[in-house]
Amino acid sequence: MSALSQPGKWEKFFWPLLTGSVLLAIWYYAVVVTKTTVFPMPVSVVKGTVELARKGVLLNYIGDSLHRVAVGYGLAAVLGIPLGLMLGWYPAASRVVNPVIQMVRPISPIAWIPLSILWFGVGDSAAMYLIFVGSFFPIVVASTNAARNVPSIYRRAGRNFGLNRASLLAKVVFPAALPQIIIGLRISLGIAWLVVVAAEMVAVNSGLGYLVMDSRNSGKRYDLVVAAMLMIGVIGLGLDFGFRWLEKIRSVRWGFRQES
Amino acid sequence: MATQVTVASTERVANATQAKVRVEGVEVIFDRDGKRTEVLDNINLEVAEGEFLCVLGPSGCGKSTLLNTIAGFLSPTAGRVVIGGEVVSGPDPRRIFVFQERGVFPWLTVEGNIGFGLFKLPGEERERRIKYYAHLVGLEGFEKAYPQELSGGMKQRLEVARALAVNPDMLLLDEPFGALDSITRLTMRRELLRIWHAEKKTIIFVTHDIEEAVQLADRVVVMSARPARIQQIVEIDIPHPRDISSTRYLELRDGIFEQIGIAHKI
Repeated sequence: MSALSQPGKWEKFFWPLLTGSVLLAIWYYAVVVTKTTVFPMPVSVVKGTVELARKGVLLNYIGDSLHRVAVGYGLAAVLGIPLGLMLGWYPAASRVVNPVIQMVRPISPIAWIPLSILWFGVGDSAAMYLIFVGSFFPIVVASTNAARNVPSIYRRAGRNFGLNRASLLAKVVFPAALPQIIIGLRISLGIAWLVVVAAEMVAVNSGLGYLVMDSRNSGKRYDLVVAAMLMIGVIGLGLDFGFRWLEKIRSVRWGFRQES
Repeated sequence: MATQVTVASTERVANATQAKVRVEGVEVIFDRDGKRTEVLDNINLEVAEGEFLCVLGPSGCGKSTLLNTIAGFLSPTAGRVVIGGEVVSGPDPRRIFVFQERGVFPWLTVEGNIGFGLFKLPGEERERRIKYYAHLVGLEGFEKAYPQELSGGMKQRLEVARALAVNPDMLLLDEPFGALDSITRLTMRRELLRIWHAEKKTIIFVTHDIEEAVQLADRVVVMSARPARIQQIVEIDIPHPRDISSTRYLELRDGIFEQIGIAHKI
C-alpha cells in the first residue's frame, strides 16, 4: 500500500478494530498477570452491561442523562449564541459585559453544585442548571469571537446591498460566523457531557453519573462502575461524531480546513 | 492651492457632458493613535454617465480611499461627493462596490450569491435575474456550486454578477483582477468590457496596472503618491476593441508611464 493511494474500505474498520482488540488483550492479561482485585475483567464488565440492560436500567439512565444535557445545553446554545453575536457586534456592550463573563467563566461548574441544589432542590433542574452554567460561557465566548472575526468586507458588501442592521446580523454576520460557532458548540458539548456526569453524582438519582456512584455505594460492584464509565465514553464519542458530521454541511464547510 | 486650479481646468475640458458623479474638494485625513495621515488632498473630479473611468496610482496612494468615499463607506474630512444630484451619505444599492474575489459569500451557492441583493423582489423575478446574470458572466451550470469549488476568475465573475443583478447605475471596482493570474486577468478585462457594452453602467475602476487602465478606460485619472492629488487626466481616444500594438496606444501608455515615473522621482 503506497502512501499516496487512498486507504481501502477495509482499513477504515481494520485499524480501529485492531487497536481495540490490542487494548482489550492488554486489559485482560494485565488483570490475569497481576491477579488484581481492584479492577474487573473485561468479561465481567460485559456481563455487567448486559445485566444493566436486562433490568432496563441502562437505557433509562442513558435517556435521563441525554435529556438533561439536551435541556441544559440547548438552553445555553439558544441564549448564548445570540448574546455572543451581539457582544461581538457591539464592542461597547462587550466592554461592559466581558469583565463579568471573564470572571464567572473560570469557576468550575462543580463549584455551582451547592448553590444549584439550594435554588432548584435535589433533582433534574439542578443538574440541568449545572450543565447550562458549564456550557453557556464557552458558547458565548466562541460566538463573540466568531462575530468579531467576520471580515469587514462581508459586512460592507451586506450594507452595500441595502441590508438593515437586523438582516445584516441574520444574513451576513451569523452565517459568516457559523463555522467558528460550531467549533465552540462542539467544545461545549464535550464540557456539558463532563458536567452531567459530575452533576448526577450529587444532585439526582438516575443517569450514568449516578450509576457510577450507585454501583460503588450499593455493593461495591466495580464491574458496573467500569461498564458505566465505558458507556459515558462511548456516548461522548458519539456526540462528537455528530458534530463532525455537522461540519460537513456545505454552507459551513468553507470554514473548516479540510481536503476536498 | 495651485493643484486645485490646474486640476479643475483639465477636467472641464475633458468633461463637458452631464456629470453623473461629482467629487468636490474631497479631503481625507486619518487620525490614528494621534498620528495624522493625510490621504486625499483636495480631489475634484467629474464622471459622466456611462463612462468607464480608471483611477491609476502607486500602491498605497489612496485611490482605494477615494473609491470607498464615492461608495459611501467613508465620509470625507472635507468636501463631498454628489451622485445624480444627491450628496452621498452612505452605501447604496444603486452603486455596488466590487472587491477582489474575496467579496463573495462562501456560505451561499452561486445562485444564492447572485440573488443576495434581490430580497425585495418576488421569487419569479429573482429566479429570472439569477438565471440571466449567471449566463451573462458564464457561470451557467454552476448555480448550485459553492465559491470554494470555483476558480479565482469564476469567483470574480460571480461577484460582478451579484453586483449587476441589483441593476445598479454604477459599479465601483477596487483592483478587481489584482489577485488573478495574467491570462485570466486578460480574459476578465475582455469580459468586463463586453458586460459594460451590454449593460451601459458607469464604471470607476481602481488599478495600479498602467496597461490595464489604458486597455479599459475612456479616461485615466493618474494620481500622485500620498497625500494623493490628481496629477493628470488622460483621455484614451481609441475605439474598442483596442489594438494594443497601435502607435496611439503605445503613445498614451508611455505618456502615463512617464507621468508615474516623474511622480516617483518626486
